[in-house]
Amino acid sequence: MPSLIDLTLEGRKVGQRRPWPRVVVDASVWTFAAAELAHGRWSLLGLWGEPATVHMAIMDGQTAEIAVVSLDCPNRSFPSVGRHHPPARRLERAINDLFGLSAEGSPDARPWLDHNRWGVRFPLGDRIDALPKAAPYRFLAAEGDGLHQIAVGPVHAGIIEPGHFRFTASGETVVRLEQRLGYVHKGIDGLMTGASLARGVQLAARTSGDSTVAYAYAFSRAAEAALDLVIPDRAVFLRALLAELERLANHLGDIGAICNDASFALMHAHCGVLRESVLRAAGAAFGHRLMRDVIVPGGVSRDIGADGVQAIRAALDNIRLRFPALVELYDNTASLQDRTVDTGTLKPPLARQYAAGGYVGRASGRTFDARRTLAYPPYDSLRFDVPVLDEGDVNARVWIRVREVEQSLSLIDQILSRLPQGPTRTEVPLGGEVRESMAIVEGFRGDVLVWLRLRNGLIERCHMRDPSWFQWPLLEAVIENNIVADFPLCNKSFNCSYSGHDL
Amino acid sequence: MRKLLFESVFRQPLTERAPLPDDAAVAELATALGQAARRRLGRSLSIREVDAGSCNGCELEIHALNNAYYDIERFGLRFVASPRHADVLMVTGPVTKNMREALERTYHATPNPKWVVAVGDCARNGGCFAGSYAVVGGVSAVIPVDLHIPGCPPAPTAMLQGLLALLERADAGAVTL
Ligand code: SF4
Repeated sequence: MPSLIDLTLEGRKVGQRRPWPRVVVDASVWTFAAAELAHGRWSLLGLWGEPATVHMAIMDGQTAEIAVVSLDCPNRSFPSVGRHHPPARRLERAINDLFGLSAEGSPDARPWLDHNRWGVRFPLGDRIDALPKAAPYRFLAAEGDGLHQIAVGPVHAGIIEPGHFRFTASGETVVRLEQRLGYVHKGIDGLMTGASLARGVQLAARTSGDSTVAYAYAFSRAAEAALDLVIPDRAVFLRALLAELERLANHLGDIGAICNDASFALMHAHCGVLRESVLRAAGAAFGHRLMRDVIVPGGVSRDIGADGVQAIRAALDNIRLRFPALVELYDNTASLQDRTVDTGTLKPPLARQYAAGGYVGRASGRTFDARRTLAYPPYDSLRFDVPVLDEGDVNARVWIRVREVEQSLSLIDQILSRLPQGPTRTEVPLGGEVRESMAIVEGFRGDVLVWLRLRNGLIERCHMRDPSWFQWPLLEAVIENNIVADFPLCNKSFNCSYSGHDL
Repeated sequence: MRKLLFESVFRQPLTERAPLPDDAAVAELATALGQAARRRLGRSLSIREVDAGSCNGCELEIHALNNAYYDIERFGLRFVASPRHADVLMVTGPVTKNMREALERTYHATPNPKWVVAVGDCARNGGCFAGSYAVVGGVSAVIPVDLHIPGCPPAPTAMLQGLLALLERADAGAVTL
């Protein structure tokens, strides 16, 4: 069996040196890689375009080796990966919408992000005029006696992001769910092009509001790797502190919100209070409740003072005091378990096929956690467990979050007690020639990937891949044969990002 | 389980802790807000939130208004599921071109009299997404706006302040905090 190393030896090594190689390959090697993905020997981490090139990030699950393979597309097309490996399909549709590079042989050539409203087609490629009239979007067919459709969105009933869900149901049972996304597409890849690193990190931090730390973290790590920049130890630890606070706040919010969708508002109220205590501590320590714009290339923009440390410790103590009782309440409430156990089950093989990140993957037997598998500092020197379950239902996704809350509490303790002294930021060199790199950071939702190429210190191309790209399609799969009323529970237990996905 | 349930109901976590410095300010603000709402609308004000392309950061803080610290419902202010039940549209995001029509339709589905509050820097003028091929840039480019609440995202207290300003000055035309 060829390893990723063999594959990279076949191609022509280019620019990117750290931390993983990138090679330019020909169409046959590209297709070979797609077949290996389809056989499950490798996982797809990302697939993105440039005006005349496509790139694919691949990981060998056995060895945690990662490589980027690139294919030039002089004819404005490339052999479809999605034809062999379904997780690539939406990514290919997005590449076509943005760059006009078509995936040859793809079973799904419908637009994805492009709703024909931009006034232009292929905005990042050879721009052409939009179609005079948008063709109606063809939802996939589901036929049979007594089936009916339920259309939901883009404006939902709650305070949530916009997207469209098309259910086909037989009575109460969902036969098929199809998502249509792209409503919050802001053209971030386009705005990144030509931007400075300072503006780039600002955009990265506004890609998905709940993962503002994770995005700034991944972006900054990519920029630093490209520039061979080593940042101060104190900044390394502060970044992990920020990331764990973000994880803690989001998991607490999610646990409550999932229970709320099972009409257990009591859990929601208590978890909401704990979440708020984390946000207030973060606000006291870093001047912003969501900790936005704190991580920047070169380090962090704000240091933490003694009162900040104290605010965080106080919030943690309070969570330690209150959280166990809430967990017990969850565990002992039959009416709640009745809704979450065996609901929306994601089978481990499917989680593996889609390389599902975060609690979605880890509740379905996938052990990947970028903090452990890729062991970037300071996590390589911190003690923590990566909780994994096999059940794959809503309940399992709740329990992974519960365990991760406990792990984050312990990680924050370790970080605060070992916080090195010294500067928190270092000068970012301009880096004259072309520099490129990639970084993967574990956000609360899963692995955030950022691939970056700089020229004369400016961003020539930046691609960010949210974990949701590989989680959204799985949500479609798990809802099948559940009742319509369980959709909110399934949806909340996934909590996919719209903005991060739509970009 | 029952014991636990009652314990959690009766043991109020918030009262056991020293009040946070801005709790007093929040309470004062909230009282003023409640009075203004009552004066203007009788008993209640219904808010429909519309995400027209935000990063979701603004939504997270709007959610926080519902938590036990801010508990916005005490003042008769509540979030409703349908624009047809709403007095106020709270709109976030730089209005993406893909959301423009949905926002317009939501606006038209909201009965008069109605107010539009644009929440966040994006909703004011597109924020850092201004100039993109994919965004319109600011809510007022699509529907008339009565109030802008700046911030990225604005903290819950800033939103309470904004709602108060809206109720007190709603007749004076568009307000900017
Ligand atoms: S104002 Fe800030 S928080 Fe709100 S949507 Fe825009 S980027 Fe996100």
